[in-house]
Amino acid sequence: MKKEWPLWEIFIRSKSGLNHKHVGSLHATDAEMALENARDLYTRRNEGVSIWVVESKHITASDPDDSDPLFEPARDKVYRHPTFYTVPDNVSHM
Amino acid sequence: MFATLIKIRLHLQRNFCFLLQPYQIMTSVNLEAIFQSKIDDEVKIEPKDWMPDAYRKTLIRQISQHAHSEIVGMLPEGNWITRAPSLRRKLILLAKVQDEAGHGLYLYSAAETLGADRDELVQQLLTGKAKYSSIFNYPTLNWADIGAIGWLVDGAAITNQVMLTRTSYGPYARAMVRICKEESFHQRQGYELMMAMSFGSPEQKAMAQDALNRWWWPALMMFGPHDSESTHSDQASKWKIKRKSNDELRQNFVDVTVPQAEYLGLTVPDPDLRWNEERGHYDFGKINWDEFWNVVKGNGPCNRQRIQARTKAYEDGAWVREAAMAHAEKKEQRKLQPEAAVKAA
Ligand SMILES: [Fe+2]
Ligand SMILES: [Fe+2]
Repeated sequence: MKKEWPLWEIFIRSKSGLNHKHVGSLHATDAEMALENARDLYTRRNEGVSIWVVESKHITASDPDDSDPLFEPARDKVYRHPTFYTVPDNVSHM
Repeated sequence: MFATLIKIRLHLQRNFCFLLQPYQIMTSVNLEAIFQSKIDDEVKIEPKDWMPDAYRKTLIRQISQHAHSEIVGMLPEGNWITRAPSLRRKLILLAKVQDEAGHGLYLYSAAETLGADRDELVQQLLTGKAKYSSIFNYPTLNWADIGAIGWLVDGAAITNQVMLTRTSYGPYARAMVRICKEESFHQRQGYELMMAMSFGSPEQKAMAQDALNRWWWPALMMFGPHDSESTHSDQASKWKIKRKSNDELRQNFVDVTVPQAEYLGLTVPDPDLRWNEERGHYDFGKINWDEFWNVVKGNGPCNRQRIQARTKAYEDGAWVREAAMAHAEKKEQRKLQPEAAVKAA
């Protein structure tokens, strides 16, 4: 009855005010153990103030092959960026 | 509306590709060209990106061998934890060895992003199908060996790993960045230990010299065969898995390490070692490749011992792994059980 421990993805908030960021993965039997292992594996030098663990199988990733249809529509919408608009030099605070 | 259009387009792409048969050959050529152009443009390859089979295989082999080296690498140093001469040294050594375990785990999970299976990788190590760095098949005979390992072995590893922070596969590169940050402590604690020994009593200095004598050549061998003999290097550099050749890395290492040995007042065990003004590098003597291949083939001083130790750890831990899994399953069931119990009542 050999069974491999499931894989977990680890996200760490490096200091308060910042986002949690993916740092890597590890194996653990459950969420509690994943947290403990993440503490030992990814925060040995004060790298974090908070940890999220998510079992890898619960993550759905977009397919790189779909990135054109997914992200292309935003590419030509230059008017969404402030640099698209000219403001006269003598107008300030904008 | 727009999202629906995308979905239809994706659906068509996925499910009706059999209609595109004439293109298929072209597509695989294209994929390969797109892949190579990404690499040429310094765009990292990520787990779900298309990649040639051989790229995936090469990486799984290299990353897992790297992981095995970190894990087996704990053994020669672990040998001295209980005999460290002070509490300070013991804490440092414990932290260092624990880091190496961490490095192994970062790397195993990087290999898993390529579809490798952790248990299978471990089996490959235990059955001897996968190799690990030969340096760890040498014994640690005196306390100064712990200094020499941090200074020379971690030093050589850093030379290689700094290059690998720019490797083309994203998860491997990111693991390397994390590892390199930790490695510099490893090297510095080793050098500090060597200073304590080299500037200590004559007996201590003799121990430091003895350690340098035994570790110098194996450290140079860590960079692998000469470029002229190396079988994988062309493809690996085209794919930017490796960005410097074995000989370049070895020369870098010699150039920075020799002055460090001089500072310690120790003699590098190589009569042919001298500064070459013209090249701007140190010339050094011939490496004993017979010894290298002999150790690679399993006949080093500690090969059998290392694999025995790993096998014992793996087997002794089996019941713990199984019990932990069973416990987690039971806990999960208990979470569901109370509700079921209430309903039944
Ligand atoms: Fe390491
Ligand atoms: Fe290290």
